[in-house]
Amino acid sequence: MTSADPPRLIGTDGLGALFTVLRERGYTVVGPTARDGAVVLAELASAEQLPSGWSAGTEAGRYRLRRREDGAVFAHCAGPVSAKTFVHPPRARLWSADRAPDGTVTTTGPEAPAKRFAFVGVHPCDVAALGVLDRVLAGGEHPDPIYTARRDGTFVVVAECTEPAATCFCTSMGTGPGATSGFDLALTELLDGEHRFLARSGSPAGAEVLAALPSRQAGEGDLAAASAAVRDAAAAITRHMPDEPLPALMAATRESPHWADVASRCLTCGNCTMVCPTCFCVTTEDVTDLTGGHAEHLRRWDSCFGLDFSYVHGGAVRTSTASRYRQWISHKLGTWQDQFGMSGCVGCGRCIAWCPAGIDITREAAALAASRGEPSGGAEP
Amino acid sequence: MTTLAVWKFASCDGCQLSLLDCEDELLAVAGRVRIAHFLEASRAVLPGPYDVSLVEGSITTPADAERIHAIRDASRVLITLGACATAGGIQALRNSADVAEYASAVYARPDYLDTLATSTPIAAHVDVDYELHGCPIDKGQLLETITALLAGRKPNLPAHSVCFDCKRRNNVCVVVARGEPCLGPVTRAGCGAICPAFGRGCFGCFGPAETPNGPAEADLLRAAGMSEDDIRRLYRTFTVSAFAEVAGDAS
Ligand code: SF4
Ligand code: SF4
Ligand code: SF4
Ligand code: SF4
Repeated sequence: MTSADPPRLIGTDGLGALFTVLRERGYTVVGPTARDGAVVLAELASAEQLPSGWSAGTEAGRYRLRRREDGAVFAHCAGPVSAKTFVHPPRARLWSADRAPDGTVTTTGPEAPAKRFAFVGVHPCDVAALGVLDRVLAGGEHPDPIYTARRDGTFVVVAECTEPAATCFCTSMGTGPGATSGFDLALTELLDGEHRFLARSGSPAGAEVLAALPSRQAGEGDLAAASAAVRDAAAAITRHMPDEPLPALMAATRESPHWADVASRCLTCGNCTMVCPTCFCVTTEDVTDLTGGHAEHLRRWDSCFGLDFSYVHGGAVRTSTASRYRQWISHKLGTWQDQFGMSGCVGCGRCIAWCPAGIDITREAAALAASRGEPSGGAEP
Repeated sequence: MTTLAVWKFASCDGCQLSLLDCEDELLAVAGRVRIAHFLEASRAVLPGPYDVSLVEGSITTPADAERIHAIRDASRVLITLGACATAGGIQALRNSADVAEYASAVYARPDYLDTLATSTPIAAHVDVDYELHGCPIDKGQLLETITALLAGRKPNLPAHSVCFDCKRRNNVCVVVARGEPCLGPVTRAGCGAICPAFGRGCFGCFGPAETPNGPAEADLLRAAGMSEDDIRRLYRTFTVSAFAEVAGDAS
């Protein structure tokens, strides 16, 4: 079967089979699961751990799990963990060095990952975010070996979005709610009548896995139901970015008085960059052990909201909160385009929901747009 | 061999205990440094000078205000341990109260006491090279600092918010997912976001982060249902004086 093959229909038992088939092929399955009051992505042993009957009610600065009667499995959005955590881990060892008693030093590079990931039930915005990370971390002259070792050979089962959250704005960023590329298998959850999934392959590997699942031919009605579910999802999305070229907006508002307003609310806590599925910044540190014979060079996720992030000899460049918020939103919506030829934001809404202060990138962008023409905020933020 | 001394001022001994708590690493530490003065571990005392002094506790008596200068003079590197030594500790609550009144309420013979009106951090009296925050300190940070000094490198002691570590650890935010109060956004990292990892908000025992936004945090705490009194008490738990400015607390 190839990607041109007609879609198939799988039942809820097909999800269990999908896990088995993926595990047989050596994948570690990563998928959504309900934990500690949120749907997070985690390594899953079986389809039973999927968040069946849970969806998330989100607002700026707020996320609440909601029980639902229909047993929907992929009705979650904007959980705090994205695929980034697995392919660009929060902590990684770049190298280690050991000194033998005779003084010779041996170094070891990054540990090779023992796992090959299959992402099951990630949404189209997350697949788009993987595409952004591919460009940033693997698409340049110096691919990041830690990323490529984890990303190469991943298998992606996207779940088209049929239940967008209030914080979603993928339609503005052109990344959802339907899935168009970047996946091996696409599922569309159908809840009208029998609980079932329309499944289509997006790669030869996906076709091979789909062929191994118990499935039946999809009828015209199933195809129509799937398109309607995705179309309804698009119509249900209420958040939007200003409808204009965002890099130009960011460039035109560098001196906006609005930066001071957002700075009064922003905690510089860094949650927005940490949950963002495309924010890739890291810092490095060296650690040694007590014997003095072993050293490691580690990297950790960093954030442009930290003071050390802009430290150059003598001090930090971005000391004000205004300058740090401006760096974040300008990079996401503006300068990312210059750097990588694409937007740094895929519209997943995580930064909106998981900002404890409820700062909303779409509202801030709209406020910046509205502030054009107002007198500048004075001092350079 | 590097000599290490451990000193105690007004404190509960919990931070010194963190060193003894490094069970797996303690023998390695003992193998790399000569412990010259550590009364909690050994009665043997070697004379100074010392390469590294770890100082626990705050300055609360005139005698201690003298003693800390002698320790500073005898130490090449001086590191303060914990909320008491870095911020005056819980006992800094006295700074905004009448100490004579406290003393007469608590002690039968307050005239036996020779105490200062304030509890102040070590850095208010002498130069301090590194500060390890927390109540108690994080043993990982203590080992990091000792190994860094032994290797002649700078210890990694970030001053950003607890939230950075909370997210790196994949905790679910208690503010966003449960509407609970948490001081993580204004508190210095270093504990590894241990409280949120156990499903409760941060109480700020590490003191303020590098650029805390007090008014924005107060909005969060109010939204979580805290009254102004609750907020004041939360900030006053461990590092009352360090958080005074963040809390908008004049006293
Ligand atoms: S900037 Fe916000 S909405 Fe955009 S991709 Fe990042 S977390 Fe999602
Ligand atoms: S927004 Fe900040 S943390 Fe995110 S990629 Fe850009 S500079 Fe890095
Ligand atoms: S925008 Fe929100 S999440 Fe981001 S640093 Fe500011 S307060 Fe934290
Ligand atoms: S639980 Fe507290 S420390 Fe963790 S992200 Fe939320 S506000 Fe920050």
